[in-house]
Amino acid sequence: MIAETGHYALILALAVAIVQMVLPLIGARIRDQQLMAVAGPAAQLQFVLVAIAFVALMTAYVTSDFSVENVWRNSAVAKPLLYKISGVWGNHEGSMVLWVLILALFGAAVATFGANLPHQLKANVLAVQGSIAAAFLLFIVTTSNPFIRLDPAPFDGQGLNPVLQDPALAFHPPFLYTGYVGFSMAFSFAIAALIDGRIDAAWARWVRPWTLAAWMCLTLGIAMGSWWAYYELGWGGFWFWDPVENASFMPWLAGTALLHSAVVMEKRDALKVWTILLAIITFSLSLMGTFLVRSGVLTSVHAFAIDPARGIFILAIMGVFIGGALALFAWRAPLLAQGGLFAPISREGSLVLNNLLLTTAWAAVFVGTLYPLALEALTGDKISVGPPFFNLTFAPLILPLLIAVPFGPLLAWKRGDLLAAAQRLTAAACLALAVLVLVLAFRQRGPWLAPLGIGLGVWLIAGAATELVYRVKLFEASRSEAWRRLRNLPRSAYGTALAHAGLGIVVIGIVVTTAWRSEAILAMKPGDTAQIAGYTLAFKGVVPRQGPNYRERVALFEVTRNGEKVTELTPSKREYTVERSGTTEAGIHPSWRGDLYAVLGDQLKDGAYSIRLYFNPLVRLIWLGALTMFIGGAVSLSDRRLRIGAPRRAQTKAATVPAAE
Amino acid sequence: MTRKQRRGVLIGTCLLVLGVAVGLVLYAMRDSIVFFYTPSEVTAMQIAPGQRFRLGGLVETGSVVRGEGTTIRFVVTDKSKTLPVTYTGVLPDLFREGQGVVAEGTLAADGVFHADNVLAKHDEKYMPPEVAKKLKEQGVWRGDAKASAGEPQAKVN
Repeated sequence: MIAETGHYALILALAVAIVQMVLPLIGARIRDQQLMAVAGPAAQLQFVLVAIAFVALMTAYVTSDFSVENVWRNSAVAKPLLYKISGVWGNHEGSMVLWVLILALFGAAVATFGANLPHQLKANVLAVQGSIAAAFLLFIVTTSNPFIRLDPAPFDGQGLNPVLQDPALAFHPPFLYTGYVGFSMAFSFAIAALIDGRIDAAWARWVRPWTLAAWMCLTLGIAMGSWWAYYELGWGGFWFWDPVENASFMPWLAGTALLHSAVVMEKRDALKVWTILLAIITFSLSLMGTFLVRSGVLTSVHAFAIDPARGIFILAIMGVFIGGALALFAWRAPLLAQGGLFAPISREGSLVLNNLLLTTAWAAVFVGTLYPLALEALTGDKISVGPPFFNLTFAPLILPLLIAVPFGPLLAWKRGDLLAAAQRLTAAACLALAVLVLVLAFRQRGPWLAPLGIGLGVWLIAGAATELVYRVKLFEASRSEAWRRLRNLPRSAYGTALAHAGLGIVVIGIVVTTAWRSEAILAMKPGDTAQIAGYTLAFKGVVPRQGPNYRERVALFEVTRNGEKVTELTPSKREYTVERSGTTEAGIHPSWRGDLYAVLGDQLKDGAYSIRLYFNPLVRLIWLGALTMFIGGAVSLSDRRLRIGAPRRAQTKAATVPAAE
Repeated sequence: MTRKQRRGVLIGTCLLVLGVAVGLVLYAMRDSIVFFYTPSEVTAMQIAPGQRFRLGGLVETGSVVRGEGTTIRFVVTDKSKTLPVTYTGVLPDLFREGQGVVAEGTLAADGVFHADNVLAKHDEKYMPPEVAKKLKEQGVWRGDAKASAGEPQAKVN
């Protein structure tokens, strides 16, 4: 009964989404307030209905109702509760329901908090949002229904792919999807502006927080995915330039560009047409990511759907939305008035450079990701484009951007003074150079480019600090004055500084771990010892152990450093009973120097085991930096809400009562 | 600076960056893309020793031999031709005899493929799409042979 309720709710949601798409659009056209007013309640109702469907599916998972085919395929009685829940989105159908749920959530949020939006804009935005929801709900109902029943119901399910049974991966898809789908807001606003033929700074003020929220979630989602790949796949790497990773990285790059161009639009009323185009591109890349991952074009752990009908359906959705949006853009964009002028050396100019480099960088990633697909479709030749391609193209394109980042916030709007900005950055540059020289002097091995990379990271962090120092006049004003300025500084300034510093931290982490990682592949017998990066590992042997839904063979290593015991590492090989497949669990010892990382391999002929050991110096900085970027975004977002004039929490008793404009 | 000059600077910068990007992409395309071949194609073609490529097929049943240290030898087959492979390192979890595999490396002068990377993807039902396609072309495709593993089990634990 629960499954039928869910199915019915999904179909109702589809009907509501169609109403939400059609009526407000007509209303906005003929200026009928009543028709436009349908949009808000429809969006809220659509969210409630999709939420009912989602909860129904989750209930089926938690209670292990194997009469639902989707549950039988992806769950099992013996699976821990967390993975029963995450199993909901660990498969194609369930993950599409989650996708639509988040989409509906964003729509409902606009309907609820958008009381101060112009009626026509709001109606158009919700209509576009409704059309996306309608397309994906139709997709779910016709090709990917998660509520299909099995008769007779089996006793136990087939279980979830063991590599997906992991805490980081349980939360990776929701964050990633919130990022992907969050960009639909920017898209809907862009299309609404094009339909209206009108756009102003208020538009940017609305789009920015949504884009920022989506960007934050995408940042965290990508970081989680990378962290998971690092410790779960047992290769010790953090990024593989896998097409699926690229599919999430491209919207991130475009979204970062959008975030910066929206600033120009909000503050200076310039770059309007470009911002609109970027909003369309960013969401198009999100759709493309969904298509690449869901269609089975790329085969990997993510590609659940191998059914060609689904691929063609998503391709059709993509074609309609991207094609339609770009056509509308070509038709209506010339109507949008050009905004303020600025000199090439100015804050606007620096943000244009940011956009230019980010856009080119994603274009390079785009070519590398899609070229093999295009080539195979055209000539039948099969090639793979691996990390060397991306390192050769992406790195040189992003390098000038990293050098330019600290200059941006120090330049004035409209017309900046590059020399003055450079003078202010002298201290940061000296610090970066000093670190560079120090590393260069003390390094024993590794590429000569690596110290440069570290210097660049320090430059980014010091540059971010410089901006704050000058804004609070730390060395000019009295201490109390500086303190007052520090407190009064808008939070978005802190957000910017944090995000840019986070980028610097990521750069240092990537450079150090790539340049100075140690790796050893050994055949070890119990009693053998191995040396890596100053650690001594004594192999004690392998013992069997029983987990909740798996059996494992655990290797025990005693780790010493300079004769003192540091820790014990227990890498293992798991065999999942129900799923009948295995995973490799790395043994990791984190420290401030880096991660000691051990992987247990197969048993060899003579009773030895093949063992892989890594030392990944400072690798945690990569995720720490991403987290800093996320926090930077959150700090900036907390500022934005106050400035928008949305209801303040402390002042309004009932959240539904909008503040008077 | 006049409006025209400003626009000139903007367009000039854009063209410069785009030019550099196109140059980089073309340069990288020349050297760092890797072709995918099956054993039949490798025997039919003259591949220069030292040229990197990906070899795909099935691990021939009974061919896996563990040698000195962590060196492993096995034979990759596409059911018409075979090619011996040697690899030093830890094999992925799902490397099994009779299952699909993709190895990346170079062909030595003695006709042995020296792999430095072996991929057997994360799913036991996984077959590298390239391999599946080639096998289909050659008529040895067994369909979703593993799908039968999906029968409900009578009892667990």
